[in-house]
Amino acid sequence: MATETAPAPTETDGAHDHPAHLEHHFVSSKQQFDSAKLGMWVFLITEVLLFSGMFVAYAVFRQWNPEVFVAASNTLDQMWGTINTVVLLTSSLTVALSIHYIKQDKVKQCVYYLLSTLGLAGVFMVIKYIEYTAKFEHGIYPGAAFDPHGAHYEHLAGMAAAPQFFSIYFVMTGIHGLHVVIGMLVIGAIAFMAWRGSFSSEWYTPVELTGLYWHLVDIVWIFLFPLLYLI
Amino acid sequence: MSTTTQDAPVEDEAHHDEETNYLNHDTGIWSWLATKDHKRIGILYCISLAVVFLAAGILALFMRAELSAPGETIMGNETYNQVFTMHGILMVFLFLVPSIPAILGNFVLPMQIGAKDVAFPKLNLASWYVYMAGAILTIAALLTGGVDTGWTFYTPYSSTTGGGVLWMTAAIFVAGFASIFTGLNFIVTVHKMRAPGMTWNRLPLFIWGIYATSIVQVLATPVIGITMVLLILEQTMQIGIFDPALGGDPVLFQHFFWFYSHPAVYIMILPAFGILSELIATFSRSRIFGYRAIALSSVAIAMLGFLVWGHHMFVSGQSAISSIVFSLITYLIGIPSGIKVFNWVATLYKGSIWLQTPMLYALSFLFLFTIGGFTGIMVGVLAVDVQLHDTYYVVSHFHYVMMGGSVVALLGGMHYWWPKITGRMYNETLGKIAAGLVFVGFNLTFFPQLVLGSRGMPRRYANYAERFAGLHELSTYGSWVLGAGLFLILGYALWSLAYGEEAPANPWGATTLEWTNVAAIPDHHNFKRTPLVTRGPYDFHLADEVFGGGDGEALGDDVPRIPEPAPSAPTEDDTAASASA
Amino acid sequence: MGDFWLPEAASTMAPEVDSLFNFVTVVSTILLVGVVAAMLWFVYRYRRQDPGERPAPVEESKLLEISWIVIPTILVLLVFNWGFKSFIKQKTVPPDAYEIRVQARQWSWTFEYPNGVTSDTMYVPANEPVKTTMSSSNVLHSFFVPAFRVKQDVLPNRYSSVWFEATKKGTYDVFCTEYCGLDHSEMDAAVKVVSRERFDQWLKESATPTDIPLPRLGEQLYSQQGCQGCHSLDGSDMVGPTWQGLYGKTGHEMADGSTVTVDENYLRTSILQSGDKIVQGYQNVMPSYSNLSEREVAGLVAFIKEQSDQEPPQN
Repeated sequence: MATETAPAPTETDGAHDHPAHLEHHFVSSKQQFDSAKLGMWVFLITEVLLFSGMFVAYAVFRQWNPEVFVAASNTLDQMWGTINTVVLLTSSLTVALSIHYIKQDKVKQCVYYLLSTLGLAGVFMVIKYIEYTAKFEHGIYPGAAFDPHGAHYEHLAGMAAAPQFFSIYFVMTGIHGLHVVIGMLVIGAIAFMAWRGSFSSEWYTPVELTGLYWHLVDIVWIFLFPLLYLI
Repeated sequence: MSTTTQDAPVEDEAHHDEETNYLNHDTGIWSWLATKDHKRIGILYCISLAVVFLAAGILALFMRAELSAPGETIMGNETYNQVFTMHGILMVFLFLVPSIPAILGNFVLPMQIGAKDVAFPKLNLASWYVYMAGAILTIAALLTGGVDTGWTFYTPYSSTTGGGVLWMTAAIFVAGFASIFTGLNFIVTVHKMRAPGMTWNRLPLFIWGIYATSIVQVLATPVIGITMVLLILEQTMQIGIFDPALGGDPVLFQHFFWFYSHPAVYIMILPAFGILSELIATFSRSRIFGYRAIALSSVAIAMLGFLVWGHHMFVSGQSAISSIVFSLITYLIGIPSGIKVFNWVATLYKGSIWLQTPMLYALSFLFLFTIGGFTGIMVGVLAVDVQLHDTYYVVSHFHYVMMGGSVVALLGGMHYWWPKITGRMYNETLGKIAAGLVFVGFNLTFFPQLVLGSRGMPRRYANYAERFAGLHELSTYGSWVLGAGLFLILGYALWSLAYGEEAPANPWGATTLEWTNVAAIPDHHNFKRTPLVTRGPYDFHLADEVFGGGDGEALGDDVPRIPEPAPSAPTEDDTAASASA
Repeated sequence: MGDFWLPEAASTMAPEVDSLFNFVTVVSTILLVGVVAAMLWFVYRYRRQDPGERPAPVEESKLLEISWIVIPTILVLLVFNWGFKSFIKQKTVPPDAYEIRVQARQWSWTFEYPNGVTSDTMYVPANEPVKTTMSSSNVLHSFFVPAFRVKQDVLPNRYSSVWFEATKKGTYDVFCTEYCGLDHSEMDAAVKVVSRERFDQWLKESATPTDIPLPRLGEQLYSQQGCQGCHSLDGSDMVGPTWQGLYGKTGHEMADGSTVTVDENYLRTSILQSGDKIVQGYQNVMPSYSNLSEREVAGLVAFIKEQSDQEPPQN
């Protein structure tokens, strides 16, 4: 068939010498890697938008009820919150290191740091569990079940927008926690694949993308922590 | 022409040889359900969306029947409320939002930029499955009592009423992911998968339209996602964000909702702009006037589209200052749309205009979309919107934009690319008759509604005052004509699949890659060789390989000469001509 | 032209809105005709004569492009400015406006006057500014009087308002324009514009006298409080159960499966705590009428009793 122009010199034509990881519709490994990375960035943008919806709800209700939000925020445990922040920040470092090592073909270190990340994520979730149950014990639930009691919480009972604060708290940290769990599953799978030798300095796209995702989870928490616990 | 096609196969064999193409290289139901080929996914989407469009269209006919006279005619209030709600939800979330990108974007986009596929074929297939999951949840909503909230789900009605609202909101949440996947895929594909020489300034305008749309899909859809999640939590756990009885705020819900749903309007119309540029260029054989203005204004509209949601809320109780600011920005967005219309009309100037069916739809679009635009200016006027808000004027306005714009452009695009998708021609005479019926029926249906609205007829009414009866009756007759036109299209489309004349590779003499460098029925991998692009998409004067200009050397075996502008589509003469070439 | 497009104009705001509407319509029509005429002329003039035709590319004209950016911009800014000014007038309530409380519920309107009179029809004095203070007892509604060119959403959690000055005596429609469920399209009312004298007279006559017999008081409340929107007196089935033959009924089946006898206490509970007992086959949509006085509740109960010839069994 006629081409609109001369055919491109050497490209394509079902070349048989391409590496195993290169999918047929890409011209080169670089194109494939760049596409995957751009795709991940676009996905992260959608995640940011997802959370920003909740941040807007937070900002609106806070603006309407500033005192209530301060009072309710004070009942959150700043110590656990701070520890969790440190835990997540450290996990971001470990995941970055795992990418660093796979780039140098050091598979063992890569797996080691991925597992560290997984462990830290687990610690984060355990602390979250401790915090949640402490709240539930005192009747701090999202929505209609909200019924604060006990020395530290009684004063919230009469406050108009206190249920809203905790609804937003549970929804935001809940959805963030869901992201952590999904991240743990992915990191687990990636660590397993790395251990099996699926990645090398030639091709480590999934490790890189998982790292990007994990940084996002971390960054969201960096915003959640001061907004919910500190101010 | 139908009878004389019998001799065509002889040379058609010369055309495609026994080559495999994307339709026959692999067979069986599983080869379709597990396909990663963007063209096949486009067809999967096409079938699903056709079913949704049919269902929602039939609901519209029922609504018009109920409204043909005041009082109860064929259904009571409860049924009517469910019918208009489902019509809106199906049309907006399950038809218009995916429509052009998912069908034609999937089919055409990779070919137009010279790629073998989209960047993430598996994600593309996942998009269709997620969409189907959304459709199944919609059916679940119907089975659990239906939905009567209106497609806008305003709280507190939506958060306190029972029935299938929970399932429906879940369906919209899920279907949103299909939209995100498609948008993400196209953004990456346009950035990274273009053929050598396909610079940004050489991108066909359809690509620009889809690209701008994808940006909106990616940025806006997560917001409707979180809104639906909050609404679901409001219903199940009474979290008190939107329900005033629990201390929430219903106006906040409206802000959230329109922050997505206004940009969603641009998700629906921007790809239509893209199709229109292709049609106008090809059928007037001239370079699009102001290519850059059209390309960049699409992106400008996509961006500005995020700043105008509050114009849906002039009488909602938001502050007057917000209303004023939103009104002003709304005008700014009207201007790029106006520029596009002027540019398209100017493209016709000194062209060579061929009135085939797709071009009839393009011309219809120019008329209908212009009315849609002007009525949009009207409802953006603060003081006048107070009168027009939530009346039939608004109903008519958005139908002029959504149906007169998006759907008419989609119909034009489907006719235009039909030969490439199916390898067969549709019946040109029937095509023109149907285009006429759609145009007349549409105006007969919706123009009376403009007048009804400005006279004060509120929307979402199952019953109305006697003085509105005449115009409502007229509108109902119009809906029959419109329905007849659409059913005629369905009929000859199915007929064409089985008995249509085989299409040549480039029946319209178009100059974009999917026509010039791809076989009549595309190969599984689209191109046999990656194309190298050396000119703009609408440089007809340079496209010697299409027109056999210059020394004619460029004419290959299976590229036909330019077909006759005969009244009845490509006939055996064309194919004979191409065979002899 | 205004007569074709727009309903009767009966307020001071109407001529202003109408002239703006007409201006935009006329300019739009001129531009539309221009665009379509150019399009059709080009289609005819440059129709394809020969299949191989390849017209030379047309030079783009900067001047042309700039002009069709600048001219529409000027036009829309003009329209914006005009709409903005009128909008400010719509939003600025005159200080001496007469205030009427508007209560919206599924699916009726109640208008309450400063002296305590309530009515399901809105009476307003002509040629005087009137301000509504509106709230809803459940979901969103919207108060729309086409002849006055006013519309405003009515919310459950805050007051909203509109103002207008009616200029023509007569009866006009009030519509609900925010979708509010089942009988949204039946949620209309009338607004009657009368002279000041007639208005004062009506206001005086409607004030509930204390010596009115209970059943007659109930009859008045039946229409004033919007009961007639959901409960019929002739046995026909509406949103709520009919009142015909209701009183004295035994074995009245509830949605939770229990049965009750319809006596005075049942009626009282159903009025004051409407959500407590829901009759089988009906939705829990009735707002609570706890704002009624004891005498008014008694009046309603007496009126309901009149609609039945039975008595509940004594026990």
